[in-house]
Amino acid sequence: MTPGRTARPGRGGRPRPTRSPGRGEQFEGAAGDRGPDAAGEPHRPPGRPKEGTLDGLVASKEIVIACGPGGVGKTTTAAATAAMAAHHHGGRVLVLTIDPARRLADALGLSTQGRGGHAHHHGGGLGNTEQRIPDEMFRAATGTSPRGELWAAMLDTKASWDELVRMHAPNARTRDRILANPLYRNVSGRFVQSHDYIAMERLYELHSQGKYDLIVVDTPPTRNAIDFLDAPARMADFFSSPLLRWLTASYRSRVVNFASRPFYLVADRILGSQFLGDIAEFFILFQSMYSGFVERAEAVTRLLSDRRTTFLVVSTLEATPVREAEYFARALVSRKLPLGAIVLNKVLPAYLRDRDTAQLAEQLRDGSRSLGERLSSQLGTEPDLTARVLEEIADSFLNFGVVARREAEQQADLATRPEVLATVPYFDADIVDMGGLLRLGALMWN
Amino acid sequence: MGGPPRIPLLERRLLFVTGKGGTGKTTIAAALAQLAAERGKHVLACDVDAKGDLAALFEAGPVDFVGREVAPGVVAMSMDTEASLREYLKLYLRIPVVGGLGPLAKTLDFVAAAAPGVREILTVGKLCYEVRERHYDLVVVDAAASGHIVSQLAAPQAVNDLVKVGLIRSQTDWMLEILSDPRRTGVVAVTTPEEMPVNETLELAGRIRSETTVQLSAVVVNRVLPELFGLHEEEAFEEVYAHTEGLSKLLGGDAGPLMEGARLAVTMRRTRAEHLRRLREGLGSEEASAGAAPAPVLYVPYVFSRAHGLRSMRQIALALGEELGL
Repeated sequence: MTPGRTARPGRGGRPRPTRSPGRGEQFEGAAGDRGPDAAGEPHRPPGRPKEGTLDGLVASKEIVIACGPGGVGKTTTAAATAAMAAHHHGGRVLVLTIDPARRLADALGLSTQGRGGHAHHHGGGLGNTEQRIPDEMFRAATGTSPRGELWAAMLDTKASWDELVRMHAPNARTRDRILANPLYRNVSGRFVQSHDYIAMERLYELHSQGKYDLIVVDTPPTRNAIDFLDAPARMADFFSSPLLRWLTASYRSRVVNFASRPFYLVADRILGSQFLGDIAEFFILFQSMYSGFVERAEAVTRLLSDRRTTFLVVSTLEATPVREAEYFARALVSRKLPLGAIVLNKVLPAYLRDRDTAQLAEQLRDGSRSLGERLSSQLGTEPDLTARVLEEIADSFLNFGVVARREAEQQADLATRPEVLATVPYFDADIVDMGGLLRLGALMWN
Repeated sequence: MGGPPRIPLLERRLLFVTGKGGTGKTTIAAALAQLAAERGKHVLACDVDAKGDLAALFEAGPVDFVGREVAPGVVAMSMDTEASLREYLKLYLRIPVVGGLGPLAKTLDFVAAAAPGVREILTVGKLCYEVRERHYDLVVVDAAASGHIVSQLAAPQAVNDLVKVGLIRSQTDWMLEILSDPRRTGVVAVTTPEEMPVNETLELAGRIRSETTVQLSAVVVNRVLPELFGLHEEEAFEEVYAHTEGLSKLLGGDAGPLMEGARLAVTMRRTRAEHLRRLREGLGSEEASAGAAPAPVLYVPYVFSRAHGLRSMRQIALALGEELGL
């Protein structure tokens, strides 16, 4: 069924880890009370995760879909969630990323090549085949082995489409003709919309194989963030359209009847008959896979609304992303899809909004001359220089204070309240390895 | 005369502004349109994603495919592929289509869903058409994000490869001619000095060169943090920092958070400076391998302001203007 895949883990059969959240129990150890300073703390007792936290939410799910506007750290959030789950909850955890820009590979330290070129044509790094992230990466970061296993895969649109065609083609001849059709080759390799559907399809495939206890998906950067939700339904519509059937039937039979004739005259003039022939062949061939595709698309849709699935809407507190995230959260709710959490990334620390400190900053700025003189006499520094530094400290605080207050207002304005609202403070270092991912994860978790 | 050398970005006829999501590409597109209009050009600003964010920056209400003046000299429109098809049919086949396109539109939807490239062609085609007809001095496109832009820009070539004869073929020929002319058409890549946006920009620069016929005309780095301390100031800051308690006494309040805030600002700036260096280096080697001069890098400072929309966009336009040597 799926040739060419190697190094796959054995199927099912293993006992699943117990992942029911601890109900009715109070704080589990000190895990929940740790401040950001302890964020790097790798190992915490395998206590039961708290409800109302990302920890608790993820612990009881099989599929976590990270979605939201672009550029807010969706991919990193997905990777951190998966890494935390593998490390602390155990089980086999897969993170599936869909983004053509290979950001997850960066965060996992897997991609060191191909920058500025065709990263996806190089061997190594992430691929359509799932790869085990070595335990060594966890040990290097935390000193301990993860309780479970972390796997990662990157969606290869073309390979996934080919696999789908192989699965649904009625016979070898049809399969080969589809794979050779120039239009098909363009759909699967070159263009972007096909990402939407294939991402959800691949999620379904991986989930139904039952190899993973948890699959965390990073959603494609679609034109509109919700496009991918409708992709399976659109796919089903596409294949069941009477118009499409009419179109291909009349072309196939070459019966140029009165109804179809004007259309072909126009189409011929626009597209040329060769291209039209390719289109018709493509549709005719694809129709042979009709029932398989529609069934599949419906199953994919069901999986998205399953109780074992949850959505994380990821955003920052900047105006545009927040607006999009809010729109997305509403779209999930109206589709009766399980909105589990809103994760707010890169939030500036709260002390920047403190009114008293802001007043102090103003005092410092206005009195920087005399304060500088007095301070420099204590320190033995140059008065002018010291005054300048004090003024800059004050200005900087006031500047960032404006941004921090703007962010707080955005957060207060959030109308959709999911089960979990996680804010992740601004991370002052880039995440380049497992250690960074787990530090970020720890900040999200509680 | 002094000042930076003049960069002839606004002398192009068609600018595709792209970038990783969240880098502010819409704001930069609006600012470029605004700048050109302030210099007497008649500008079309087109929102390809049809989310309405571009028009919102001019605070002039929503716009549609027909377009409307949203600021003196700036007409804003939002892309609509069905309307584009309708216009196309009317222009080239003399088929007037009143109301919806009916079965044809549905067929198009299917063709576009199954054989995308059609949608991209209608988008890029409409923009190239505006350039060819000289309806505007400059067309600024708030284009697809960097993950998608290459498919969009490569679509005419892709369709050209697929379709050997017919009207479409002759259409893609003139589109390609406009797109491939670096004096007329360019891509502006917007990024921020952060790790992933810089990676993506470098990847984009490579793909634009190898997979499209369009030139990368400029890289705009948005939200560059100001340098907080100069050389000696940094040392002085460390001394003051070590003496926070003394400062607290002088101020009559806890100076700790002020110091932490400054420390955070310094760290942020430092991390970002490293990414900027990587960006410049990457672009340099990218272009050197192609035997071309690297695209100019324009820096836009972080705007610490409450305002969104028009006011903050104008601040960004001012900064961009300085970078362009206007």
